[in-house]
Amino acid sequence: MLDPVIDSDGAPFWGHARQGELRVQACGDCGEPRFPPRPCCPHCQSFASEWREVAGHGRIWSYVVPHPPLLPDYADQAPYNVIVVELTDAPRIRLVGNLVAEAGARLDSVPAGRIRIGAKVQVVFSGEGLPQWVLERS
Amino acid sequence: MAGIKDTTAIVGIGQTPFARHLADDERTLACRAVLAALDDAGIAPGEVDALSSYTMEETDEVELAKAVGFGDLTFFSKVGYGGGGSCATVAHLAAAIAAGQATVGVAWRSRKRGSGPRPWKNTTVQLPTPAQWTRPFGLLRPADEIAMLTRRYMHEYGATRDHLFNVALACRNRANQNPAAVMYERPLTREMYMTSRWISEPLCLFDNCLETDGALACVVVSAERARDCRRRPVYVHSAAQGLPAQHHGMVNYWNDDPLTGPAWTAARHLWKHADFTPQDVDVAQIYDAFTALIPLSLEGYGFCGRGEGGAFTEQGALEIGGRLPLNTSGGGLSEAYVHGFNLITEGVRQLRGTSTAQVPDAATCLVTAGEGVPTSALLLRS
Ligand SMILES: [Zn+2]
Repeated sequence: MLDPVIDSDGAPFWGHARQGELRVQACGDCGEPRFPPRPCCPHCQSFASEWREVAGHGRIWSYVVPHPPLLPDYADQAPYNVIVVELTDAPRIRLVGNLVAEAGARLDSVPAGRIRIGAKVQVVFSGEGLPQWVLERS
Repeated sequence: MAGIKDTTAIVGIGQTPFARHLADDERTLACRAVLAALDDAGIAPGEVDALSSYTMEETDEVELAKAVGFGDLTFFSKVGYGGGGSCATVAHLAAAIAAGQATVGVAWRSRKRGSGPRPWKNTTVQLPTPAQWTRPFGLLRPADEIAMLTRRYMHEYGATRDHLFNVALACRNRANQNPAAVMYERPLTREMYMTSRWISEPLCLFDNCLETDGALACVVVSAERARDCRRRPVYVHSAAQGLPAQHHGMVNYWNDDPLTGPAWTAARHLWKHADFTPQDVDVAQIYDAFTALIPLSLEGYGFCGRGEGGAFTEQGALEIGGRLPLNTSGGGLSEAYVHGFNLITEGVRQLRGTSTAQVPDAATCLVTAGEGVPTSALLLRS
């Protein structure tokens, strides 16, 4: 599997994720959250930023189901899902991830037919510190 | 401010054969296409003083110039973002010539995408996407990235797989008229489309462009010089690049309105400087790495309203005789995928009256570069 190729802007996100926390970058002056992280705020041009914890609830904004040809580690799990989750706390922050049956489960552990745009999901973390998503029990 | 309107023209086009595998290397293919374009224009290589290509082009200016015998070059530029740069190569030459920085410009693209490596397999050399946020989760290929926007588009606006099929079919039908097209002898049916294998749901095999070896080039000169050339000039009426505020390139999931992409930005500039409107466009060559880019682009360039791009494709609108004949050489889906350069050369053939799927009396043509990445577009007229 591909590990995140982390740059200096993204490093805090992955550091928090390894601790089991979902945090997004927000402006230290005007407070506006932004994603992906970047050196300064596009609203007020401030270089001050903070990593704000979010509740980890969201809704599926879109999803795809890739089929081979794929890199071998992914082909082994195909067809699997990739989802984009719109965070409840910050609707313009959308995170790419996978819908899984439980933390650490395979990328194909939820049948594609069960995935719906708008479905409520909540974050869990894999053993490697990757954020993943499970369906919220309603 | 005079602008570039009609001050330059495309006077030569050239290409190699298109195939899944060609024996020549990319540099040789580039030389062949460039020399063919200059021959078409009736201009000697020694007169060329400007070049433009893609940042992803492997044959650099030095190699090309010394191989084909260019003169002293005074302008050379490269445009980024893969297929988003196609029309910008011509736009840069037009601007340079209009501004007096050069007199004879050549734009080209040479690529062995058919027999070469699949770019997405090399995860270090890719389009500049923010890969740490997507690749680990298995969003690996351009098809996966665009499929994500496609699914959302279908959900928001009720576009269907039949709409995407209409796009694939129009391109295939035109390729079936074009002996140079890779899919010349391969008709497409709805049955074939609906039962084909998935690449990344909701995109199937026929929603994806070809993988092609080939090269193309064109020659740009001033309108004044164009009148003395061998072929009927095709004027660069308007040209634009487009990088919208807060756009992310391929994975445009992180702004207020991800389905309003670079096409909208390029279109605003393009039409502002044009003497005609979308209703006056006789034929369009719209970048089609994926079928879903067509409805998005139809909206962006103003042929229909927001969310109406799917419905626009109904009732043969994209076929010859329809409202907007599309990709009349077969496009990236069915002629050749060479980062959209074949859309430029086909636009030129339409306005010369020499297309294999000629739109009667075509006098205006829109050519676009990749939607979903920082893009570019041209309005050509005869
Ligand atoms: Zn701010």
